[in-house]
Amino acid sequence: MRITQGTFSFLPDLTDEQITAQVQYCLDNDWPVSVEYTDDPHPRNVYWDMWGMPLFDLKDAAGVMTEINACRAAFPNQYIRVNGYDRRLGRQTTAISFIVNRPKQEPGFYLERQEVADRQVRYTLRPYAADKPGGQRYE
Amino acid sequence: MDQTPATDSLIDLDEMYRESNVQEILDELDRELVGLKPVKGRLHEIAALLLVTRLRENLGLSTERPSLHMSFTGHPGTGKTTVALRMAKILHHVGYVRRGHLVVATRDDLVGQYVGHTAPKTKEVLKKAMGGVLFIDEAYYLYRPENERDYGQEAIEMLLQVMENQREDLVVILAGYKDRMDTFFQSNPGFHSRIAHHLDFPDYELDELMAIAELMLQQQRYHFDAAARQAFAEYLALRVTQPHFANARSVRNAIDRLKLRQANRLLAQGGRISAEELTRIDAADIRASRVFRGGLDSDDGA
Repeated sequence: MRITQGTFSFLPDLTDEQITAQVQYCLDNDWPVSVEYTDDPHPRNVYWDMWGMPLFDLKDAAGVMTEINACRAAFPNQYIRVNGYDRRLGRQTTAISFIVNRPKQEPGFYLERQEVADRQVRYTLRPYAADKPGGQRYE
Repeated sequence: MDQTPATDSLIDLDEMYRESNVQEILDELDRELVGLKPVKGRLHEIAALLLVTRLRENLGLSTERPSLHMSFTGHPGTGKTTVALRMAKILHHVGYVRRGHLVVATRDDLVGQYVGHTAPKTKEVLKKAMGGVLFIDEAYYLYRPENERDYGQEAIEMLLQVMENQREDLVVILAGYKDRMDTFFQSNPGFHSRIAHHLDFPDYELDELMAIAELMLQQQRYHFDAAARQAFAEYLALRVTQPHFANARSVRNAIDRLKLRQANRLLAQGGRISAEELTRIDAADIRASRVFRGGLDSDDGA
């Protein structure tokens, strides 16, 4: 199952050229860009690991692309996303966030139905990948 | 053959030249920078080369991207940083670099304090400079032969790698004094061969220094009267022979001190003064300088 999230979740995966253009848009808006990766694809997992520090003071997307490619080389089979942070007063939030790398095999989620009192059902999403410990999930 | 370009299609070189705004910047350079003939000549050549390269690309003639890493050598105050700033603009206008900003770095910004500190530091500076020009001032400090464990070597290796592999992302300009740069290049042949353009900045002549002074005063809305001009010419003639002379920078400092003395004189004189008087530098302001009394070592007074 192809996992989608973030700004361009409705689109097919971006090409490098498109990623460069989006990153350049961030930098032109004065949004520092950061790169993050994870092997826990649960939608509620907001704590992805940081790939180095957020990239401040850049003018050109080439610097960010270097980091993205370095992260891809280190974790070719994990999810990698790029965030742009808008620090302006009144916004102060992640303005853009999109996936730039995904594992080759994405096993998807198991939908767990828990039967509780009075015939109620509670639903839980459990990634198949999360059966294994972190670091061994997409090998 | 599909590869052969249409040789009879003519391109308007003039139009392209106009569109790139290069002439504007070169004119500005001529106006605002006094002297520096060989440097300006080389800048013209580089601008021309880049335009022609772009034309050839448009026509589908195969071209290798020219390597534009440069080294600026010259004494202090000969305008190396100023020219580097203009260089970034020119390269941006002819489409060689994408952004055209200048990142100035020295050894401190590139070399770390302990093992493993250098690579991230250098990488960060390189990333900042991407799409523009990286100007490394006093580049020879990167290499310290007397200490073989110096981390400078690591920074040099990273620089060389990026200069070679990411030529489309940034241009590196090394600057420093001529003799020390020469030794630096001798001990790092990799640098020398990767740098296509070696520009030597000549020292300014006396009349050029005078022109620089007039230009600076004009920009700050001051002026010399005739006697002051004569005094300043004498001042310069003396100053160039004294130690620590740094060309245009010395002129700027001299002017700063002149403004100080002028302000002092006006205040001491008191009363009502005209706008003309506020902008005029008198010969007395100049003659009060210690340069006329044997230079920096003669006494403590300015």
